[in-house]
Amino acid sequence: MSKVRVLAGTRKGAFILTSDGKREKWDVSGPHFAGWEIFHVKGSPLEPNRLYASQCSGWFGQVIQRSNDGGQTWEPVGNKFAYDGVPGTHQWYDGTAHPWEFKRVWHLEPSLTDPETVYAGVEDAAMFRSTDGGKNWQELSGLRGHGSGPKWQPGAGGMCLHTIILDPSDPRRIFIAISAAGAFRSDDAGATWRPINQGLRSEQIPDPTAEVGHCVHRIAMHPSRPRVLFMQKHWDVMRTDNGGDSWKEVSGNLPTDFGFVIDVHAHEPETIYVVPIKSDGEHYPPDGKLRVYRSRTGGNEWEALTKGLPQQDCYVNVLRDAMAIDSLDKCGVYFGTTGGQVYASADAGDSWAPIVRDLPAVLSVEVQTLP
Amino acid sequence: MIRVILPPHLRTLAQVRGDVEVEVKSPVTQRSVLDALELRYPMLRGTIRDHVTQQRRPFLRFFACEEDLSHESPDAPLPDAVALGTEPLIILGAIAGG
Repeated sequence: MSKVRVLAGTRKGAFILTSDGKREKWDVSGPHFAGWEIFHVKGSPLEPNRLYASQCSGWFGQVIQRSNDGGQTWEPVGNKFAYDGVPGTHQWYDGTAHPWEFKRVWHLEPSLTDPETVYAGVEDAAMFRSTDGGKNWQELSGLRGHGSGPKWQPGAGGMCLHTIILDPSDPRRIFIAISAAGAFRSDDAGATWRPINQGLRSEQIPDPTAEVGHCVHRIAMHPSRPRVLFMQKHWDVMRTDNGGDSWKEVSGNLPTDFGFVIDVHAHEPETIYVVPIKSDGEHYPPDGKLRVYRSRTGGNEWEALTKGLPQQDCYVNVLRDAMAIDSLDKCGVYFGTTGGQVYASADAGDSWAPIVRDLPAVLSVEVQTLP
Repeated sequence: MIRVILPPHLRTLAQVRGDVEVEVKSPVTQRSVLDALELRYPMLRGTIRDHVTQQRRPFLRFFACEEDLSHESPDAPLPDAVALGTEPLIILGAIAGG
């Protein structure tokens, strides 16, 4: 029988939650790396027992951990993220030029084609690649070196590269997103990049339709349709049908189109999920009701999913990397909250139950579907 | 042998308990002790001082013989008692973050 393994990164450690295919009873392992911020944990699609974890601390900086046995044991690997050449500057909050400074790894994305290759999205925004299982990291500096780099500026959470999507149909194509620069695409395996923000509109920047400067919170793709991407922007839910060449808004009847997470059903490429958050000044659900919204039409028409979720007095947030979907049938949907709950749905969102209720604030959630 | 006391999180990372001891050739300085420490425990690289600049991480302090040596030059000799191994170099996390 199939199993699922949920990898939760939290403010104070990593937790591994496992269940059989029914996804009713869960074993909880952790905290791993107790006391450290775990921004992200993700497994290799080629060798599922190989996991990578981003472990960091305000005192001790960045550590990358690797496991080859599904998270039972770990070893620290390389943590040297040195920008290529002279880092240059980006915009600071006050509009002045500020030098690029490495702070932490937000996201780790293992390769779809080589188990030794893994990508890292970091703050201050840049992308790194390791081809030796995380021991050594080289910057893909064509991204930071894109001519628009000096115009990038940090969002409230820092100037982070938080989303990396590898195209399963074309190993040369990579999509990334940066807060607050926008979305970028490479068609040559990360050597060169171009912004793909046409159609985005952000009232928070002087030119709402500028080439860069948009606070993209998350992008999601269904592997069967790599030219279709869905985006949760600071405000607005967007989609593109041409690999990011142009975007259109699909917020439709959402109660608010602010939010962080977005993801796609495992078997229905037009079914997508978001968790609406009231506003950028109020990082909690509208009306104190935690609701996942599902669209079966690729956006615009949304339904609230509430069964099993708190519908009163709920004021948690769901951060950008904290939703994941397994590939069982029916697919499981998972998300974690800043209140420490990890919720699971074993029926594609129709009903929900907490796997755990009292973890530290959840920063990220991934899931692996195992044989 | 030079004795070094690590903060608990770095002891866990280095998989050590209690004090650690490293052999350091003269002169015994912050830099030479950290070089020896990182050679023996490579997982500590980047966690005490920056990989590139080699500067002490801002929220870590270096104490020895009841003195705060954090702002001393990394190439200044450490106190004789540290060099002789009778007193440890203490690396500790600053009180920060609540």
